[in-house]
Amino acid sequence: MVVKVVSKKFNISDYHKLEVAKKNGAYSSIEKLFTMTPEEVTDEVVKSGLRGKGGGGAACGPKWKLMPKDDPRPAYLIVNGDESEPGTFKDRQIFQYDPHLLIEGIICSSFAINAHHAYIYIRGEYKFFSDRVDEAIQEAYKAGIIGDTVMGHDYKMEITVHRGAGAYICGEKSALIESLEGKRGHPRLKPHGKECEWFFDNPATVNNVETIATVPFIVENGYEAYTAYGTKKSPGTMLFAMSGPVKNPGVYELAFGNKMIDFLNEVGGGMKDGKKLKAIIPGGSSCPILTAQEVESAVLDYESMWDIGSTLGTGGMIVIDEDMCMVEAAKNLIEFYHHESCGQCTPCREGCGWIDDILAKILAGEGSKKDIDTILDVCVSLNGKTICVFAPAVKDIIQSMVQKFPQEFEAYFKK
Amino acid sequence: MKTFVFTKENEEKFQEQLKKYPNSDAMMLPCLWLVQEQENWISPEAMIFIANKLKKTPIQVYEVATFYTMYNLKPIGTYHIEVCKTLSCMLMGANDLIKFMKDTVGIEPGQTSEDGKFHLSAVECLGACGGAPMFAFNGEYKENQSVESLKKLVEGCK
Repeated sequence: MVVKVVSKKFNISDYHKLEVAKKNGAYSSIEKLFTMTPEEVTDEVVKSGLRGKGGGGAACGPKWKLMPKDDPRPAYLIVNGDESEPGTFKDRQIFQYDPHLLIEGIICSSFAINAHHAYIYIRGEYKFFSDRVDEAIQEAYKAGIIGDTVMGHDYKMEITVHRGAGAYICGEKSALIESLEGKRGHPRLKPHGKECEWFFDNPATVNNVETIATVPFIVENGYEAYTAYGTKKSPGTMLFAMSGPVKNPGVYELAFGNKMIDFLNEVGGGMKDGKKLKAIIPGGSSCPILTAQEVESAVLDYESMWDIGSTLGTGGMIVIDEDMCMVEAAKNLIEFYHHESCGQCTPCREGCGWIDDILAKILAGEGSKKDIDTILDVCVSLNGKTICVFAPAVKDIIQSMVQKFPQEFEAYFKK
Repeated sequence: MKTFVFTKENEEKFQEQLKKYPNSDAMMLPCLWLVQEQENWISPEAMIFIANKLKKTPIQVYEVATFYTMYNLKPIGTYHIEVCKTLSCMLMGANDLIKFMKDTVGIEPGQTSEDGKFHLSAVECLGACGGAPMFAFNGEYKENQSVESLKKLVEGCK
């Protein structure tokens, strides 16, 4: 079931060192890259159907096409490595085991959008990983892979690592740019039409680490090699993560279209200590929860997940066993969101705190049916009334937990 | 009032990194990091220093420094233990680790021990869910932990 596209070289020891990486074929897409035009590279990525792996699943190629043509201002590529979604720990595998693949992907992607400077924004807690990426970049500079020329080709390429400082919201692309510009990570208002992002008023594209790391494979082997994996509408592969009480938690690369239950049992080894599965939160904590029964039929691709009322998100599954109380799980997650709300929009800032208070009241045995109604009412106010999708994500998870496990909440009601 | 200046080494790092951005505003987070590396926390004097350096007002620096949780706005203990408390770690026993610190060292999340040795934080997801439960020890990730391994680590801290 496990396939190797992005994770192909993860198991080679010391592969993060340039010497080892070069021996094993790193940067092999660069020669072909410079025989193509930027438009051809973009077209190849469009045809591959590559989607953003950071959670939103927006198509990557069309996003690149939003970059203005013939703009005199410099263009920038910004790589989103602010991996903070609970249950998600895939980008760090790339930082740790194959940073040169990321650099190779940055070269390919920058070439496609005509950017000569790329920033990798890595969450502050990932000090070990950002240091590792930085070492790889310094090695690449010394070896002439990046710098004034790219491996002897006339293309200037600069890459800079920028460390975050502990704010979940900076994973939102416009908040990330605000943070990169030295401000609070407050998401920006979205334009009416589709356009690129703006970094100090210069055109910019923001892509997730895994998305960028997939580009060299597509450039080198052509889009058909990529679409050979996955389903018709969700082509390709993704790094799926699994955490919680399972036998083999970890990150595994799968083609889209596998059954979730097979992934859990065959790759994850099934539940630990013979426990019974209660639920799975499929793609990072911000996706509607699936009951054990729904998991049986869930298929891991974007469309199938939408069909059953959830989303694939980042592919970071949190597995919940029978011992876990759903009210406590909801309280744990709402504490996370309450802490991480940037505070810009009132429904989100106040709504998260409100739900947090109500859940504390229910857990203390002071709750009633009315409190559940209030939670669901606050969820309505959270949905679609804020600048970014943080609040709708809170609504997704909390509402689904309350609606799918009502008996667990009722059990706490005041007798 | 005391004043703050970068060490020679940090001043060089600052100048080097400044070249990498189209606007010096972008140096805000890197500057705050350099200060914290130098002093272990970010004092009001240091914020004034950054403001002067980046042509900002001190309140603009304060505004940013208070937004990000990793910046220490007061001095903390020598050994900083950040236990991840979010769902995957909670499922695997993060609360036991926090309880251990409370029972043996006597500190709750957000507190520093009286001798100034330990500082405990209960933090949101550190992105190590596959190695749950986990904590960061002075920034270094320790995964697949248990009360026993934490006990050993705490006892080993001189």
